[in-house]
Amino acid sequence: MAPVRFYQVGSFAVGNRLVDRSERTVQSDAGRSNSLTSGHRACQGCGEALGARYALDAAMRATGGRLVAVNATGCLEVFSTPYPETSWQIAWLHSLFANAPAVATGVAAALRVKGRSDIRVVSQAGDGGAVDIGFGCLSGMFERNDDVLFICYDNEAYMNTGVQRSGATPPAARTATTEAVGPHPGNVFGQGKNLPEIAMAHRIPYVATATVADLHDLEDKVSRAMAVHGSRYLHILVPCPLGWGSASSDTVRVARLATQTGLFPVFEAERGRVVRVTPIRRLAPVEDYLRIQGRFRHLFDPEGAVAQPGVVAALQSMADATIARYGLLAGAEAEPRQGTGTGTEAAS
Amino acid sequence: MALCRPEVICAYPISPQTHIIEALSEFVKRGALAPCEFVNAESEFAAMSVAIGASAAGARAFTATASQGLLFMMEAVYNASGLGFPVVMTLANRAVGAPINIWNDHSDAMAARDAGWVQLFAQSVQEAADLHLQAFRLAEELSGPVMVCMDGFVLTHATERVDLPSQQAVDAFLPPYEPRQVLDPDAPYSIGAMVGPEAFEEVRYLAHARQLAAVERIAEIGSEFAEAFGRDSGGLVHSYRSADAEVVVVAMGSVLGTIKEVVDAQRAGGARIGALGVTSFRPFPLDAVRQALGGARRVVVLEKSVSVGFGGVLSTDVALALNGLAVPVSTVVAGLGGRPITESALRSVLEAAQGGRLEKLTFLDLKHELVARELERMAARRRSGPSAENMLRDLGIVGAGG
Repeated sequence: MAPVRFYQVGSFAVGNRLVDRSERTVQSDAGRSNSLTSGHRACQGCGEALGARYALDAAMRATGGRLVAVNATGCLEVFSTPYPETSWQIAWLHSLFANAPAVATGVAAALRVKGRSDIRVVSQAGDGGAVDIGFGCLSGMFERNDDVLFICYDNEAYMNTGVQRSGATPPAARTATTEAVGPHPGNVFGQGKNLPEIAMAHRIPYVATATVADLHDLEDKVSRAMAVHGSRYLHILVPCPLGWGSASSDTVRVARLATQTGLFPVFEAERGRVVRVTPIRRLAPVEDYLRIQGRFRHLFDPEGAVAQPGVVAALQSMADATIARYGLLAGAEAEPRQGTGTGTEAAS
Repeated sequence: MALCRPEVICAYPISPQTHIIEALSEFVKRGALAPCEFVNAESEFAAMSVAIGASAAGARAFTATASQGLLFMMEAVYNASGLGFPVVMTLANRAVGAPINIWNDHSDAMAARDAGWVQLFAQSVQEAADLHLQAFRLAEELSGPVMVCMDGFVLTHATERVDLPSQQAVDAFLPPYEPRQVLDPDAPYSIGAMVGPEAFEEVRYLAHARQLAAVERIAEIGSEFAEAFGRDSGGLVHSYRSADAEVVVVAMGSVLGTIKEVVDAQRAGGARIGALGVTSFRPFPLDAVRQALGGARRVVVLEKSVSVGFGGVLSTDVALALNGLAVPVSTVVAGLGGRPITESALRSVLEAAQGGRLEKLTFLDLKHELVARELERMAARRRSGPSAENMLRDLGIVGAGG
């Protein structure tokens, strides 16, 4: 008998019902911990809230609920804990903006002394708290190989304070401190830090990137990270509708385009070596990514034509370089045929 | 320190604190303090943050620093007290730059005056050791951090016979740390939430109330310590021959040793003079100070710090303690950046005080001519060159060639 075929038009997603129970997402499980529960004050379509919920619930499942989280100052902290409310249903500590990695180191050290090796530690921050102000503490934590998973929710600017540029802001992006004015509107080229690669340079056991466009992959990476000890780093791209000027309903779409253009590589590294990449399955030009975000609006004229072809070309060549560097097109599939319903198949 | 059974020690090296953490790291590495973790932090800011995390997870946490290190960690210093974590920190008192200077004064401790920490000042190496035992006891009872201040080099690098109590005696005095709030997956709390105007003032008031409670507990723990170990270390203040004194010198830290020598000498000459050592600078024991000084005709506050543009720091508190009494308070700023406070300089200050000739604010041993010459240079030329170098040249310490 011929295998049963399931056809999904225009999508690479496979519904939970179609995969083995053990492989289904944490969120599909009624026993999920709801670490970051509903009622918090994040904006509609917040990528960080989505990413944090999936990441923390996956970490809770991986540790059997034996988890402590440390949080840097930032959107995630502010929208989740306006006193006397809290959205955290896990043991959670916020100290300062710059010290989440060091506080987590202290928690891990205390747990070791107390003989509580069953309890694991996650530390989390936005890109400001990781790439910029918290960088010293993070590098120290990496270098000592302290037993902490550090998660950076990267929305590429200081969103909590009103969208100012960070060391993770991409070139040409408009922020409140890199306005779309002057001869080179938006953020300048040739600056910024690649924190996943810096983390890799510390030769820590595990470094991975993920986005909120592939939440199953995000959960897998959290699980893998929690299966090892020592310093681990997970960098999650989380679009911010407010700061990026994208529609609240486009958060997942924007994140997917970031990967499908090659601008944001999704990969895993162990001890400083890349061991797996997620290939681009449907290559898109960077223009598709830029057009749906207000922070790049100045690259186009009101009619929608490219107003800054040089800038768009420079961003495209950045994406091309990233694709080449990580081998993101190797093994990629051909574009699915339009409308014929042969996108993906799954044998039951 | 080692007798206090610390569980997490974290530090970043800075003179003159280094050999404290060197010794502790060795104890931990040898296993002498097990179970205890030593974390080599990448900065003082990280060191205090590690202590915060360790304390939040229920461990007895300790760090040590000085000077620039304290200022570098200051955000976390406030955070530790705001969150109510009983971290104990040794502060090896050192000047704060610029100009950079590694020697002793109290500028660093004064910068942390309002950070919500208890600040205890040791007069001797023995007292520094004793105060650490009391500091942990106090911190953990109150659920707030305590700083033990000991003069850099003068005490940190002194070789002195010290009576160390037995582990058994220390354990009887200092029970294991029982946190008020702990990060525990079985009873999850959110610690460190954002608090708006509707409750912030109340939260700060509770911190103030904790310090007021500390005034009583510091005295009581000091008495308990004296009973258990036979030494009068700790407490709020220590009077020295001041009961019938007309002039009383108030000071903190190791300089009290010199002051007592001068008091003895002048007493022998018939002068009615005494001293008051302030052990607890924060909380400041207004009543105890008023009681100790109320009978004096004149009070001289000798302090190793200066509130630039104002004068004394400790003096302000002492004057407040004497509010309403007709006791004039003079400030003598002394020993900045490690300048020796000599017996002869102290003698002349005290003689001036007894004769009513001491001014409201004096900089002890200040080279007035040198300063005047530099002020003149600065007035004459906008680019008059680096002041320190100019003055060192005037003193003949650097050559005229540069």
